[in-house]
Amino acid sequence: MSIASNRLFTRQDIVGFAILAAIIFIVLPLALDSFRLNLFGKYLTYAFVAVGLVLCWGAGGILSLGQGVFFGLGGYCMAMFLKLEASTPENTSIQSTPGIPDFMDWNQLTALPWWWEPFSHLAFALFAVVAVPVIFAFIIGMAMFRRRVGGVYFAIITQAFAAILTILIIGQQGFTGGVNGITDLRTLQGWDIRTEAAKETLYYVNGVLLFICLFIAQFVRKSKLGRLLIAMRDQEDRVRFSGYDVASFKIFIFCLGAAFAGIGGAMFTLQVGFMSPTLVGIVPSIEMVIFCAVGGRLSIIGAVYGALLVNWAKTSLSESFPELWLFGLGGLFIAVVMLFPNGLAGLYADHVAPRINRLLAKSATDATKPDDATRAAAE
Amino acid sequence: MSDKKFPAKMTGASRRAFMAGTAAMTASLFLPKSLRAADFPTAEVNTTGLAVTDDTVTIGILHSVTGTMAISETGSVQAEKLAIEQINAQGGILGRKIEYIQEDGASDWPTFAEKARKLLVNDKVASVMGCWTSASRKAVLPVFEQHNGFLYYPTFYEGLEQSPNVIYTGQEATQQIIAGLDWVSETKGAKSFYLLGSDYIWPRTSNKIARKHIENFLPDSKVVGEEYYPLGHTQFNSVINKIRLRKPDVIYAIVVGGSNVAFYKQLKAAGIDPAGESPMVLTISVTEDEIRGIGGENIEGTYACMKYFQSLQNENNLAFVKAFKEMWGEDIVIGDVTQAAYLGPWLWKAAVEKAGSFDVDKVREASPGIEMTTAPEGYVKIHENHHLWSKTRVGRAQADGQYEVVFETAELVEPDPFPEGYQ
Repeated sequence: MSIASNRLFTRQDIVGFAILAAIIFIVLPLALDSFRLNLFGKYLTYAFVAVGLVLCWGAGGILSLGQGVFFGLGGYCMAMFLKLEASTPENTSIQSTPGIPDFMDWNQLTALPWWWEPFSHLAFALFAVVAVPVIFAFIIGMAMFRRRVGGVYFAIITQAFAAILTILIIGQQGFTGGVNGITDLRTLQGWDIRTEAAKETLYYVNGVLLFICLFIAQFVRKSKLGRLLIAMRDQEDRVRFSGYDVASFKIFIFCLGAAFAGIGGAMFTLQVGFMSPTLVGIVPSIEMVIFCAVGGRLSIIGAVYGALLVNWAKTSLSESFPELWLFGLGGLFIAVVMLFPNGLAGLYADHVAPRINRLLAKSATDATKPDDATRAAAE
Repeated sequence: MSDKKFPAKMTGASRRAFMAGTAAMTASLFLPKSLRAADFPTAEVNTTGLAVTDDTVTIGILHSVTGTMAISETGSVQAEKLAIEQINAQGGILGRKIEYIQEDGASDWPTFAEKARKLLVNDKVASVMGCWTSASRKAVLPVFEQHNGFLYYPTFYEGLEQSPNVIYTGQEATQQIIAGLDWVSETKGAKSFYLLGSDYIWPRTSNKIARKHIENFLPDSKVVGEEYYPLGHTQFNSVINKIRLRKPDVIYAIVVGGSNVAFYKQLKAAGIDPAGESPMVLTISVTEDEIRGIGGENIEGTYACMKYFQSLQNENNLAFVKAFKEMWGEDIVIGDVTQAAYLGPWLWKAAVEKAGSFDVDKVREASPGIEMTTAPEGYVKIHENHHLWSKTRVGRAQADGQYEVVFETAELVEPDPFPEGYQ
């Protein structure tokens, strides 16, 4: 992929962002009732992960099959804060030890573990939502990239991390809620997050945060770092021999993807009302890569559409065919991979964009060559 | 939505539907006047906008039909569909046919929450039959409380919960555990117990109750070991060695799901044959469904403590088993949870008729004291605390995969989800 322009936003980019903004902020809220809107809010939390994956995998060539870890860490940080807020001594008066989360009481803990304490402060929890996944990613990144572990080996190791964290969470149920996860979350600083109005507000907050992440991603891609990433993906040794510290760049981008995933996880917890190890493990982590692949692993906007489309298909197929829907979903993945190897973004770039450009070229004096513009869109 | 009707692939579905239809028509002629839809104007029996029309009422079925839990939850779905079909054949509820919308929880707790919200908010179902694992119940609970839905939950579980929006049709922990322990202590003279379980909230809480009971209420009895293994664990050799070393009278096993297959095979391979009774194996987590996986010959002689076994010899159960096999095939087995799931639609019907309304608040108010004399397990009654009074039984596993009932409590056991002295 060539770099079509050094400007932060090409005309194509602006159109793409504007369409996505219109869909998220205008079309979906108008077209959907509050239940469906909340569902799309949930899908959008996966989009954070998918955007991070575009940077890591699509641009940087780092395929992480463990993004669920970061999503889960962000989500758990948020859930811990909300759980502590919901576990007031009045709410938990029937327990042997009132004032601690219910699952701790069931597991015979009689005091709040010390590392839970800081999570009773919102500021700390919000900081942790980003910091904990980033610290984790930094440690993994340091360990792997400094030793030049890459490609398939890296993917397998990240997957192992997903498995380890799941086992840890399930095993330490006194501290984490185990298989059940952290459930029955009610309020955020006294604001009832379970009401329809709150869910609607959270949807918009989610949308705004997603756009902030998208802008950051766009900035990274258009910066020198973005070009270096692509260069590393295609010819890592050349970049290294040119004197760049390849590992640092990789660690940075991996941490950035983890930060995005953590924010997504926290928004998931807020909108769905609980967090559980089923969102951390290997299967959800692979699903997250699929969102990215369906959307097109080179396009940050495509990734958002991928997350929306796959999850929407999941919901509607399972509603219509409760016993057969998995086959339908499998079929969808196969179809996408066979027919549009570059995902939705590739489909757009190959079939839709050229037509639009032809129309534009016919009607006006557009300086951009159609070919370049097409490529830009595909990124 | 497409699954509202019974799936066409079911054998003899159309014949049965026809028969059910005729039966319903005939039945409606003889029904007491009070149960005809015309006498219950929709506006009066449904003041809260539920999915109730002049001739139908829609409920939800929410279980996993895909994923790891599908094997356990399939029986519940089948039982609920059977109950619905039978109720419809009798003329329905307040003269209205039950229709259902089935959703797949996909063995995934967030999906359960999503589908519960969909059923309550979008479909406005009048009640929901569903969930199996505690995790799925915990996930949907806030949704039911927020949208004032009504859930019938069929699984034996750990207790420590009582929601105004749930009727628990399985046993809570004390109902399942205490009578069984008393029985092995009294009739078998057991003194030492080795507790073993899968590592999550239900086995841990159940064992907590078992330990308290053994230490505080059984004469000279003690717990000689307590251990937990992750869900899906298949290597039990080390614990089996410890068991051989400590020679307990009873291995009290609450291993769940697929782990059971490994556990019982390894136990037998290690020379501890449950059929030999020394040590005895007492379980509260192996139903007829699991025995299919374990193999009857590997588990023969194990005692299970639950409220229902397929082999119960009473009129209600014989009719239930017959109808179940007619609907779902001859070689099907029926476990404890399946029976509890079957009670859900019937208990809801009784409560709705007592309330004269589908409104959740009124049904809730009417629920305590509802009796069901036609339950396959015999007789059940809803307690103020939304759990059922029921008997506890002990069965001895047979090589053919069925349990032979060797003991049952004389009286119904009162449900006690927050047991004093067992915390």
